Amino acid sequence: MSIRLSSAPHIRTGASTQSLMLNVVIALMPCVAAGVYLFEMNALAVLCMSTGTAVLMEYLWQKLMKIPVRVGDCSALVTGIILGLTLPPTLPWWATMVASAFAIIIVKQLFGGIGDNFLNPALTARAVLLASWPAHMTTFVDISREHVADAVSMATPLSGENAVEYTWMQLFQGAIPGSIGETCKAAILVGLAYLLITKTISWRIPVITMLSAFVSAFILGMDPVESVLTGGILFGAVFMATDYTTSPMNASAQYAYSVGIGFLTMLIRRFGAYPEGVTYAILLMNILTPLLDKYLPNKIYGHGKKKEANQA
Amino acid sequence: MKFTFKRGVHLSYGGKSATSVLPVREYVTDYVKIPMSMHIGAPSEPCVKKGDLVKIGQVIATPVGPLGLPVHASVSGEVTAVEKIPYLMKDPVTVVSIKNDFKEEWVDLNPLGSVESVDPSMIIPAIRDAGICGMGGASFPTHVKLSLKPNQKCDVIIVNGAECETHLTADHRLMLEYPRRIVDGLRAAMRALNVENGVIAIEDNKPDAIEAMKRAASGRDGVSVCELRTKYPQGGEKQLIEAVTKKQVPSGGLPIDIGVIVLNVGTCAAIADAIIDGMPLIKRITTITGCVRHPANLMLPVGTIVEDIIGFLGGFPEEPGKITFGGAMTGLCIPNMQIPMMKSTNGIVVFNEREAMSMEEGPCIRCAKCVHACPIGLNPYRIKVEADADRLDAAKKLNVMDCMLCGCCSYVCPSRRWLSASFKIVKEKLIRQAKGGQKA
Ligand code: SF4
Ligand code: SF4
Repeated sequence: MSIRLSSAPHIRTGASTQSLMLNVVIALMPCVAAGVYLFEMNALAVLCMSTGTAVLMEYLWQKLMKIPVRVGDCSALVTGIILGLTLPPTLPWWATMVASAFAIIIVKQLFGGIGDNFLNPALTARAVLLASWPAHMTTFVDISREHVADAVSMATPLSGENAVEYTWMQLFQGAIPGSIGETCKAAILVGLAYLLITKTISWRIPVITMLSAFVSAFILGMDPVESVLTGGILFGAVFMATDYTTSPMNASAQYAYSVGIGFLTMLIRRFGAYPEGVTYAILLMNILTPLLDKYLPNKIYGHGKKKEANQA
Repeated sequence: MKFTFKRGVHLSYGGKSATSVLPVREYVTDYVKIPMSMHIGAPSEPCVKKGDLVKIGQVIATPVGPLGLPVHASVSGEVTAVEKIPYLMKDPVTVVSIKNDFKEEWVDLNPLGSVESVDPSMIIPAIRDAGICGMGGASFPTHVKLSLKPNQKCDVIIVNGAECETHLTADHRLMLEYPRRIVDGLRAAMRALNVENGVIAIEDNKPDAIEAMKRAASGRDGVSVCELRTKYPQGGEKQLIEAVTKKQVPSGGLPIDIGVIVLNVGTCAAIADAIIDGMPLIKRITTITGCVRHPANLMLPVGTIVEDIIGFLGGFPEEPGKITFGGAMTGLCIPNMQIPMMKSTNGIVVFNEREAMSMEEGPCIRCAKCVHACPIGLNPYRIKVEADADRLDAAKKLNVMDCMLCGCCSYVCPSRRWLSASFKIVKEKLIRQAKGGQKA
């Protein structure tokens, strides 16, 4: 009989990289469902294209580069779905594909793969699309009118002068123009609940980001409730700001990061050239992540106090 | 109000259920191998030789150095060998083997009487002569812990009844079956140091033990029971102190620097035995569980061999994969079944083949779970990068020396990274370096 030797601990939690990523996939399903319901086949086509491309690119890259094939960890699947959900349902298929391949190969793999990329792949790809084909990216279908067939192309409720008034309820349910996954706030909140219950993410980043957006909107003289319910801030707070790899790790750094995202989003909305700021707000804070972790360290047990001489 | 410490992890304690309701049974083996280094500090020097006849409780090895402890025979009979054997991943250790003649012959013990009436100055010498070291795992000589420097003062003695490790129920059973002994031991330590407060800290997953200890403590001077919220590693000395007193031990310092001493429940019971009965530390309660046919809490003579114990409990129901001394979070693997248990062996856990499978390490996905689990507040993912690159100084800057190797970080890591295991190696190298050895 041979018994093995190994180091402690001898048990590990059940959660693995794969199971955590699958939790995110499950949490995204309400948004996918809502998106497909609201925007029909267009949405499904964009989602399939972005997800399929992401997974395939990850696999091909790892195969071709002869590095361990880790596509099974499902992180590319998550990137693909998230990217698809942030795109307008009317985006041409080729643009979706380019964005997805860009996210996986340029933003993720070239920087070293899972855990090493410093920018959120889906978001960076979205930002590149926004800069390259702004027209495609900011044209949305208004489905709040009678029937989708009569839909007219128009801008999101955020685009400045043409802003249309929607009720809070409409905003909450998502029957408004916008990207596939970000319009239905109810679906996003269900996803958030799932992520929190399964302890996939901690509450800090999503909750503080939303609070910060709310307060910042108020300070900047916008309607706070409407500001949080429009655009991509909610989706960004729950699914993109919380990306493991590109967000800070120390608790206090996470607070600063989240406050920053909420504030910058509202600042860009208020004064920036783009109607929606969440993409750039998160990317900017991604870049600051290493600095935040460095300058906002955890308090270490027993540090910071001198060995008090014992009062005898 | 229930107390606890910062961060840490919630473990599943299902492994305890097999033995938590089983009363302690005696098992006396016919052959013991008593290690000479069961405590931190220089190994004791054997004072018996092959062929000698020894009685139970007889000193078979004398202390060496400032942290030295005597060792006593745990059975009566003939010394069959004084030899070196491989031990827990360290250098080989000297063991004294005794064949039990079952005559149950004892040396003359020297009881000191009630802990409330004994001369306080007699207590610490008695603890040393009884060979008592920390029984929760760290095995620091207890009389040294209780010997204060002139500028030190102890305000409170905390008795560690947290037993936060998985699988182990030895302390739990001790609290249920010998609660008075624990309180007596605590009172002896309090009287020796003239301390007014004694707190027995127990996690709330052992309500029966809390009950039993409260009953035993009632009417005893300055002794109280503190209920803690169950979380790992509550029983870590630093965490226990944080939970009970809200104070933190300074980095690199000792609990006594903030006026606290922590004693394990088993240690307290051993102190009581030493004072009241004059009995040296020659047996202890050990939980044997996991992949064994009849898991149990056994009272074992120190030096009982693992193979005998497992045989007594009906052997393995299936092929064992690995065996640890201690629980699943911090236990040390034993290299073979001929290894004897020692004074600090609170549990022997057998893992089956499947549980013993080693896991492949994946890349860090920066999920921050290790950061939010570390009770010390370290950044395990960063230390691991330095550890892998063998950059000792960088690891030191990240405060690896504050790591207490609790294993929380490795436990939560979804990428199955060997975080704490690599920190252990780094810490050992750094200690060697500090001691003046050449750079590793
Ligand atoms: S770094 Fe050390 S103290 Fe922190 S969780 Fe890991 S083993 Fe425990
Ligand atoms: S728990 Fe593991 S994967 Fe997560 S940050 Fe720590 S080392 Fe990286």
